[in-house]
Amino acid sequence: MRAATGAGLALLVAMPLLAQAAGPDYGEFGIFGLDRRGAVWIAAQLHLLFAAFVLGVPMFAVVIEAIGIFTDNERYDKLAKEFTRLLLVAYSATAIWGAILVFFISTLYPRFWVYLTAIFAPSMWLYAALFFFESFTLYLYYYGWDAWKKGAAKKFHWGLGILLNIWGTIVMFIANGWLTYMMSPPPDVTVDTAPQTVQLWSAINNATWMPINIHRLIANVVFGGAIVGAYAAYRFLTSESDEERAHYDWMGYTGNLIAIGALIVLPFAGYWLGREIYEFSQQMGITMMGGFMSWLWIIQAFLIGVLFLAGNYYLWIGMGRIPGAERFQPYIKWMLLVLVVGVIVWATPNTMIASRDEVAAMGGQQHPFLGVLGVMSAKNTAVNLMILTTFLSFMLYRRANKEPVVSWAKTGTMLQGAAFAIAAVIVVFYGIYGYFVTAIVRIGFSVYQVLAVLATIIFVILIDSAMLRGAKSRGEIQWGKMPARSQYALLILAVTFTWLMGLMGFARSGIRQHWHVYEVIRDTSEQAFTPALGPAATMISICVAIFFGLVGMIFWLGGLAEKSVYEETAK
Amino acid sequence: MNLKHPFWQGVLVLVLAYVVIKWGIGYLLPMIGVPSAPVPSTVVTQYMLTVLVGVLLYMSAESDRWAAFKAPMVRTMVDPGRRALRGILLVGLPLLVGWVAYQGVKPSFGAPATLRSIHPAPPNSITFRGATMELAGLENPLRHSGDMEAHLAVGNAVYTRNCVPCHGDLLDGQGHFASMLTPVPADFTNTGTIVQLTESYVFWRIAKGGPGLPNEGAPWNSAMPAWETILDENETWSVILFLYERTGSTPRTWEEEGAEGEAH
Repeated sequence: MRAATGAGLALLVAMPLLAQAAGPDYGEFGIFGLDRRGAVWIAAQLHLLFAAFVLGVPMFAVVIEAIGIFTDNERYDKLAKEFTRLLLVAYSATAIWGAILVFFISTLYPRFWVYLTAIFAPSMWLYAALFFFESFTLYLYYYGWDAWKKGAAKKFHWGLGILLNIWGTIVMFIANGWLTYMMSPPPDVTVDTAPQTVQLWSAINNATWMPINIHRLIANVVFGGAIVGAYAAYRFLTSESDEERAHYDWMGYTGNLIAIGALIVLPFAGYWLGREIYEFSQQMGITMMGGFMSWLWIIQAFLIGVLFLAGNYYLWIGMGRIPGAERFQPYIKWMLLVLVVGVIVWATPNTMIASRDEVAAMGGQQHPFLGVLGVMSAKNTAVNLMILTTFLSFMLYRRANKEPVVSWAKTGTMLQGAAFAIAAVIVVFYGIYGYFVTAIVRIGFSVYQVLAVLATIIFVILIDSAMLRGAKSRGEIQWGKMPARSQYALLILAVTFTWLMGLMGFARSGIRQHWHVYEVIRDTSEQAFTPALGPAATMISICVAIFFGLVGMIFWLGGLAEKSVYEETAK
Repeated sequence: MNLKHPFWQGVLVLVLAYVVIKWGIGYLLPMIGVPSAPVPSTVVTQYMLTVLVGVLLYMSAESDRWAAFKAPMVRTMVDPGRRALRGILLVGLPLLVGWVAYQGVKPSFGAPATLRSIHPAPPNSITFRGATMELAGLENPLRHSGDMEAHLAVGNAVYTRNCVPCHGDLLDGQGHFASMLTPVPADFTNTGTIVQLTESYVFWRIAKGGPGLPNEGAPWNSAMPAWETILDENETWSVILFLYERTGSTPRTWEEEGAEGEAH
């Protein structure tokens, strides 16, 4: 939940006292066939997606600006500015959806709103103030871009970018406090606790607050990169000159690199969040992973498989524009084989959807042979091998047009190969060994698998950096010479990330089941049931479609603004 | 058919994958002594979709290969010499799609494919014969008190008297009544059942049975009775000990600070 304007919020914070006196628990809503929950759902989802946009893209912009400053390459500076321009419109969209959300909650769930404001009012005022600072820092950051272009002024400008990110992050942390309180209120808060007696800090600093903060922070970097990639793809496909195509091709590559790079560390934050949910409530944990919501994880596995396939595919096609990459072409089919088998294993359900006859033939809901692929040992092994393969794709891409000149190049390459092989052996070994130990020991094995992969990534990059110093070039990358289908891979990445955010957000929120605040405030409305996966997936897909419709408009506006600037300069 | 041509290579991979998934896993493996069964159609579709995406990605990852892959299809659509084939495809493909759609929606006597969570979320606490029991962190008290042999003897007797008709004398879910039940009774020798669970979870399931399954994810189908009306606490813990001992497995244990789970 990210709110709207300060004035609107202050007014709404004052409403509780009026509502508390008398009035219904729930307001009525029935427009476009939506009930009150549907209305709040769409507003919250779209607000969250735009909030991720305006948090993720500044992170991207400030990193890219720094690269431009420290490498003295104006191309990066231009890229960072181009994105900041998109942010101006995206901020308005975030605020509008935030306002709609607040109005919906306060009018459709008045009693619950009273409860929340009784606990969180001071944090809501702070939130509105920070949103104000954040907006003005953004205006300074964008409109001061050309004024503070050189020397110390440029560093000051970059500082504004950092400040923008700090404001945004604090704003997100505050809103996370509200929503995580609904999931995991402090243990001393019960059905009988008066909201006025709940300590603000203990309500914010609840069991899942920090894990959600970290998970969302990293996810925003991923999302920012993916949105940049989608924008670049859109502009690439509509480009009319080679120069433009080259620029947007390079932009798409950079966005994809950041998205996939951050994606690799995201599962660790998710794992921490999952642990905290289990520790807070075993029931909630099992509902999420083993019960009703478990099928969402199969959908998630499939969609993450799409991310891996699309990310690698983009790199492989990209190798077509790099002189010298031909020598790595024969490896592609083997890497693809690992990825396809990995996706198959990762998305194999433990409990299969089967007809009565099929269940009878299997002797239960689990398949006697494929059942071994349905447990975490197999899945951890598959995903770690997929991460290793993706990293290998990236290393081949990076190496494609370079020829190391250091004397130990051959040894270095062999060491890199050995590191890959050792990591793969460790991952497979613990994957198989996991079947022969108890669950509690097996969980520990995933840590060894992940450490082996991370250590390999660090080791291989260190060797590569030293080895490619002063390397001979086999030819420059021919930016812009990419077939159109590569750009659709970037668009698929952005849509898939967005879809995942909606689906897994539903899992996080849905595990509260029939509670507004878990085991404290019961949902007594007629929508107290948890929606089935089909209607939930439909609702989320509608949100994703609306989001991309609006984002498409923002992209179009971005192009329009640039065109007018270009035409003025030409005159 | 030239198998060096990308198009036919792609077709061959798809056909091979289908043969392996549909018949290799379902029928070939049992012939060589590996326990298996036909793969449910939902999973066949999921696997084949993944393979199809893989084939298309490989073919289009390189421009020359992509052009070669598409060439037979393009030729079929525009070559004047292929008018007859084109006609057959333009009529046949929509008919095929229609037939598949019809197969999917036509009324049938079979029960529809179901999605059932076999490990529903347990409550934090239950009432057992009127007394409240906290399930979180609860361990089997008989593991730390009394004579283990005696506990197992009690468990054996309880199991033989009450559980064998459905769960079978080999604990494999193949009791005399099993074939008449849907879903079939749990197979305790399967690594997906009691090995995945804490003993407190198993206690809850035995005590409350089908009628005590949570509303979440309803409707539930289970013929399991609520045994708390027949077995006392000691008998229930004893039969749990017996289940793990007889199947040679160990229950899931609690972490020091809490519990951890796995996806199902």
